[in-house]
Amino acid sequence: MTAFKTLSLAMFKGFIRDKVTLFFTFLFPLMFLIIFGLILRDVGADKTKIAVVGDGPVVSALRDSGVLELEPYNDADAAVRKVKDGDLPAALIVRGQQLDVRFAQSDQVKSATVLGIINGFVDKANLAATGQPPRFTFAAEKVEDASLKPIQYLTPGILSWGIAVSAVFGSALTLVSWRRKQVLRRIRLAPVSATSVLSSRLLVSAGVALVQGGVFVGVASLPVFGLKLSGQWWLAIPLLMLGTIAFFALGMLVGAFAKTEEAASAAANIVVLPMAFLSGTFFPVDQAPAWLQTVSKIFPLRHMNDGMLDVLVRGKGIEALAVPAAILTGFALVVGFLASRVFKWEE
Amino acid sequence: MTEERSAVVVRDVRKSYGELKAVDGVSFTVAEGEFFGILGPNGAGKTTTLEIIEGLREPDGGEVRLLGESPWPRNVKLLPRIGVQLQASSFFDKLTAKEQLQTFGSLYGVNSTRADEMLELVGLTDKANEQENKLSGGQRQRLSIACALMHDPDIVFLDEPTAALDPQARRNLWDVLRAIQKRGKTIVYTTHYLDEAEILCDRVAIMDNGRILALDPPAVLVRGLDAPTHVTLQKGVLSVVDATALEGVEEAHEDEVSLTISTRRPAPVLSALAERGALDGLQVRTATLEDVFLNLTGREYRA
Repeated sequence: MTAFKTLSLAMFKGFIRDKVTLFFTFLFPLMFLIIFGLILRDVGADKTKIAVVGDGPVVSALRDSGVLELEPYNDADAAVRKVKDGDLPAALIVRGQQLDVRFAQSDQVKSATVLGIINGFVDKANLAATGQPPRFTFAAEKVEDASLKPIQYLTPGILSWGIAVSAVFGSALTLVSWRRKQVLRRIRLAPVSATSVLSSRLLVSAGVALVQGGVFVGVASLPVFGLKLSGQWWLAIPLLMLGTIAFFALGMLVGAFAKTEEAASAAANIVVLPMAFLSGTFFPVDQAPAWLQTVSKIFPLRHMNDGMLDVLVRGKGIEALAVPAAILTGFALVVGFLASRVFKWEE
Repeated sequence: MTEERSAVVVRDVRKSYGELKAVDGVSFTVAEGEFFGILGPNGAGKTTTLEIIEGLREPDGGEVRLLGESPWPRNVKLLPRIGVQLQASSFFDKLTAKEQLQTFGSLYGVNSTRADEMLELVGLTDKANEQENKLSGGQRQRLSIACALMHDPDIVFLDEPTAALDPQARRNLWDVLRAIQKRGKTIVYTTHYLDEAEILCDRVAIMDNGRILALDPPAVLVRGLDAPTHVTLQKGVLSVVDATALEGVEEAHEDEVSLTISTRRPAPVLSALAERGALDGLQVRTATLEDVFLNLTGREYRA
């Protein structure tokens, strides 16, 4: 067998036998995906709740529609107190044919919405009472706005982050451990090129990234999270590979400076964590302040995120890869060059 | 010994780190098939010398020839012909003994079936499927030597292979080293155990402060020392006065448990003792490399 194949195999075995690495590569990012996925699952589905005293055709129509959540009270005073205390935006008090709404002034948008909804139902009930057929018809239907559901931005974000973490840590820790244990020196004494050693480690990282992609997307697609991939999702694969190379190079740079595994791991965290937060791993960058969006553009992870988001869930085509691919390639070249300049065989 | 037949030729090699002259003009040759020891306390310059010969460091001055070639700069043609075991046990993470051998072998394009043979050579056949970190210190040392031999090199460099081993593990390793020499390999090894060098090596170079102080077969070094032989007897079998009166005795003294006689002519002393039936608890200690070191440096050997 060639050195490249055996070395890849050796490093792959070393990888799957290391439980700590397996945890941080697969379970740790998956935990974030699951926790955020579950917490944020119902965001946007929150309905406005109002207090209701009494019952009647309008109230039942409201209840059947499910537009508002109704909290029944026996006593009008109690219902109004809820509004006064700021717990609820409005109280609907029904006395036979008379419907009174008491609303809070503080949140005018919410109050206006509630008033509009109730008014609509009252009008409808009045119209029905006249027995006349309606002259204008009106129908409303919900649209699933794919890219806004939390799981849709969480999955690409956490996937990019997970790949960045395992590539940076994988290369930095391997490099430091090999230098400290003099494996590098042993390799230098063998008639084998540094390139084939390096590329076999990179191959392992790339394989790991593919498995990460499969696992994360698979879990997010479970009905409980409900990820929906868009048409050309497979375009994520070349992006995944480019990201692995870019962050592998970053790990080599970190590993060149760190003397111990502990130092390498701390340094890798300092590099990766802020980048993850500012690059939209856990929340969409579009919602961040403008200055933060500008700052985040210096991070390669931000561009990898954007690309992932575009091809995985926004249904964009290959043109969406142009910018992320160019930036990741450039980053890999520059950082890889720096890493090769500061590379040390020995302590 | 002509230089063409020499496995290693070192000529006036020098290496300084700042003010420190780690290697200060070292010269020697090692013949093919020879077991050559570099001996000395920590910091004597043994490891640096070895690293220069292996081609890991560039000497500041002097010349090194390995099998007729220069090891510096990295000489890819030479690398398959030398096997290096490093001071720290350098292994790949989480691989079994056999996988380590196969992986190191693959760096040289060696068929992985050789791993079994190597495991047998170093007596680790029953540990083939154990992960490296589960092995004992002695077993790891033997495994790392096996890794250095996977590609069947002509010259083997071992840097303190017996350091930090218990006596039993050291003896096991000696057997391995002798077996390697029987295969016709040239062995260059460093140690700070003088007794071990005396037993194993064809020739030893004694190093201190970056220089070679002496270079000869161990027996020649000891004989050349002209140090007295010490004969020790159980206390009471002979008085100090009687002992001093024996032919050839230079000095005799007694402590709580024994009588020690110093002599440069042990033959007449021993026969006189036998005549008197005074051989109870007899021990004869001749000079060792430790005495040679003491004589050369004027200080007690401390590993």
